[in-house]
Amino acid sequence: MSELTNKERMKIPRNPMIEQDAKERASNFKEVNLGYTEDMAVEEAQRCIQCKKPLCIAGCPVMVKIPEFIQLIADRKFAEAAAKLKEDNALPAVCGRVCPQEEQCELVCIVGKKGEPVAIGNLERFAADWERTHTGIQIPESEKPTGNKIAIVGGGPAGLSCAGDLVQFGHDVTVFEALHEIGGVLLYGIPEFRLPKSIVKEEVDGLRKAGVKFVKNVVIGLGETVDELLADYDAVFLGVGAGLPYFMNIPGEELNGVYAANDYLTRVNLMKAWDFPNSDTPMYEVKDKVVAVFGGGNTAMDAVRIALRLGAKRAMICYRRTEAEMPARVEEIKHAKEEGVDFMLLASPLEFLGDETGTLRSMNLQKMELGEPDDSGRRRPVPIKGDIEKIDLDVAVIAIGNGSNPIISRTTPDLKVNKWGNILVDETNMKTNKKGVFAGGDIVTGGATVILAMGAGRTAAAAIHEYLADKSKW
Amino acid sequence: MYKIVEARFIGPEVKLFRIEAPKIAEKRKAGQFIILRVHENGERIPLTIADSSTKDGTITIIVQGIGGTTQQLNALESGDSILDLVGPLGKASNIENFGTAVVIGGGVGTAIAFPTAKALKEVGNKVITIVGGRSKDYVILENELNEICDEVYPTTDDGSHGFHGFVTQKLQELIDGGEKIDFVLAIGPIPMMKAVADVTRPLNIETVVSLNPIMVDGTGMCGGCRAIVDNKTVFVCVDGPEFDAHKVDFKNLTNRNHMYSIQENVSLEKVKDHKCRVDKLAEKEGMK
Ligand SMILES: Cc1cc2nc3c(=O)[nH]c(=O)nc-3n(C[C@H](O)[C@H](O)[C@H](O)COP(=O)(O)OP(=O)(O)OC[C@H]3O[C@@H](n4cnc5c(N)ncnc54)[C@H](O)[C@@H]3O)c2cc1C
Ligand SMILES: Cc1cc2nc3c(=O)[nH]c(=O)nc-3n(C[C@H](O)[C@H](O)[C@H](O)COP(=O)(O)OP(=O)(O)OC[C@H]3O[C@@H](n4cnc5c(N)ncnc54)[C@H](O)[C@@H]3O)c2cc1C
Ligand code: SF4
Ligand code: SF4
Ligand code: FES
Repeated sequence: MSELTNKERMKIPRNPMIEQDAKERASNFKEVNLGYTEDMAVEEAQRCIQCKKPLCIAGCPVMVKIPEFIQLIADRKFAEAAAKLKEDNALPAVCGRVCPQEEQCELVCIVGKKGEPVAIGNLERFAADWERTHTGIQIPESEKPTGNKIAIVGGGPAGLSCAGDLVQFGHDVTVFEALHEIGGVLLYGIPEFRLPKSIVKEEVDGLRKAGVKFVKNVVIGLGETVDELLADYDAVFLGVGAGLPYFMNIPGEELNGVYAANDYLTRVNLMKAWDFPNSDTPMYEVKDKVVAVFGGGNTAMDAVRIALRLGAKRAMICYRRTEAEMPARVEEIKHAKEEGVDFMLLASPLEFLGDETGTLRSMNLQKMELGEPDDSGRRRPVPIKGDIEKIDLDVAVIAIGNGSNPIISRTTPDLKVNKWGNILVDETNMKTNKKGVFAGGDIVTGGATVILAMGAGRTAAAAIHEYLADKSKW
Repeated sequence: MYKIVEARFIGPEVKLFRIEAPKIAEKRKAGQFIILRVHENGERIPLTIADSSTKDGTITIIVQGIGGTTQQLNALESGDSILDLVGPLGKASNIENFGTAVVIGGGVGTAIAFPTAKALKEVGNKVITIVGGRSKDYVILENELNEICDEVYPTTDDGSHGFHGFVTQKLQELIDGGEKIDFVLAIGPIPMMKAVADVTRPLNIETVVSLNPIMVDGTGMCGGCRAIVDNKTVFVCVDGPEFDAHKVDFKNLTNRNHMYSIQENVSLEKVKDHKCRVDKLAEKEGMK
């Protein structure tokens, strides 16, 4: 193949992701995005102009060597591309699917200045999928065993990436997870149609093959405490996530039919309630019902799209600001719209109304308008006096965010947390105030992203490695 | 996998299991519970740790087969295994020397109250137990309680054993007889717990109940187990399960436990299509 000039590269239009038809997919749980073919991937890879000073790398929280892995795809060295990705990213098949690329690596891609950026996320997904389906996940060589033992608390992306790096350094790593499966939000939060569970399982199996030990069904703090772990392990990493759902504190939230997003999502995703009664866990009736989801983030989009797939006759998003302020990934908003989700913007519920059996029947929805900018610089939504609509409603899902789970802080009183219960760390090394204890991911930042949690896990792994070399320093 | 080393019925549809779980046996305190999942497609359900042995590394659970999952569980025998089991969960009971403590158990609630009764006795309380059931066969753990408590009063709705009437009537009788009661723990069907709260409220007797909402994770993550106590939302799995009986919104708890009634029926049909379900509901809800 003759070398392309930069001009020629920039002329190639961005390869769109192949997707399941919107109508069809709105009624199944199969993955929406189908991925690139090899030829599409190679062509997309050719769009990268291989910048001398690649801005994209700095846009990625784990600093994936983007131009290098893309060049390998352009050269059809797909296995090598996957290996290159794994030098920096323990879960590329996951990140290629769920990263908000448009705000990270792709936001700063130079090709995007004039046209559309290189589809870095799609290429990442392609390489990881190629490896998985062609050669199986390859396990990088680990260093010689060091004899150091590390306990990782929480099997979400933060814990997994920390474990992945530490096992490479030759340490003996055990992950303790409260639930009966490993993956954290990747399993119980993000639905199958966006991130197939089999992919998470295979990535976790990869880590297992690399030597990471997994112990499920253990809630650290209630069973063994952090202090007890410190007696048996040389260091502890806390990646327990931000799992404590917020409610809106409006009348009627206790009614049957009103869900916290985590409850609704966990039932459907982790417990497979969509497959009831083959799966024993029940789900409140959604078929032919009216469902409203409150919030504008990824969680809200996932919940509302699940409602469609469970057969809701009307599935709506109620968000108190406008679409521009929605924190969800652009792709999720687009997909939700295509699938037929109703967007009620500038709207906030005042109360839920039920019947004598305590069952949700309707809500009063307050319409808003944008007022003066608030501290964050965004225009504050203010209620339009008297503009209240009563809407019949069967299921309400509250997806306005999560606080930090109190179990670890309650049982580790000397661990410093802020007023929201987030563990305080030195962000350069993820050290907490407690010697030998590191923390990262949502428990430190509050609900954020998969890749930020993974980045924190990596930073902690490097710092743990250094600490283990000389434990007298903290 | 968690191996069952002993399984036997101790009442109609009520089965006792001893299960190998050495770490939980070592850690657990009275009032705490586990969540288990019987098989790959199983539901996660909460069950109280009725007893434990650190020597054998086992915990004891006592299960009333009222629905899909509890009946699947009750079909298991010694030698079988349970797929997933996590615990101890929840806060331990507040154990103090109150003076005279009355522990009231209704139906399988007796099993839930048992470890706390034992702990209350160990710290020096005079412990009086009232164990209720529909009829003689439904009164469980009477002998075990006799060994650890100062007084044990079985009650049955039909008078087939012990006191003829409801547990609250027996409680009232004790009060009227001049027993100075400092603390009451009531665990059983919701209407029973509410009735006990109504008896002790005007007398200002500190009363604790153990709530049994529907749970998923048991770690405070899902918010499904929320209840209203003192007009505030609590997550029973991490803030409880025990709460001040005089402040619990029992009506809301009752409603919320019926959230999946339609689906529960389907599950039950799947597991067993005999035995009238209405029977079981009446049994679980106990007294009217
Ligand atoms: C529905 C939903 C959709 C999302 N979509 C996206 C997306 O598209 N893109 C994106 O980048 N991000 C998304 N996010 C955010 C992202 O998933 C999180 O930021 C990320 O998972 C945080 O990782 P973590 O490892 O810190 O925590 P988690 O993933 O929450 O994992 C923590 C783990 O720790 C376990 N645990 C908790 N307490 C204990 C304990 N005491 N002992 C043992 N184990 C414990 C938990 O069970 C859990 O498995 C989404 C989040 C949700 C809820
Ligand atoms: C902290 C805690 C401790 C518990 N300890 C014990 C115990 O030691 N032994 C025991 O037998 N049970 C105990 N329970 C109750 C037990 O968890 C339920 O009976 C079980 O989840 C029912 O599951 P199922 O699939 O068999 O029945 P389902 O089909 O789910 O329910 C059948 C019927 O029971 C009602 N119901 C549903 N969930 C509950 C519930 N949590 N409590 C009461 N009624 C319910 C339903 O409304 C329905 O009428 C405890 C519950 C909690 C929250
Ligand atoms: S990990 Fe996420 S941010 Fe980094 S290169 Fe991949 S898609 Fe971009
Ligand atoms: S900024 Fe864009 S064009 Fe430049 S190296 Fe990165 S991906 Fe390629
Ligand atoms: S069971 Fe999920 S929060 Fe209590």
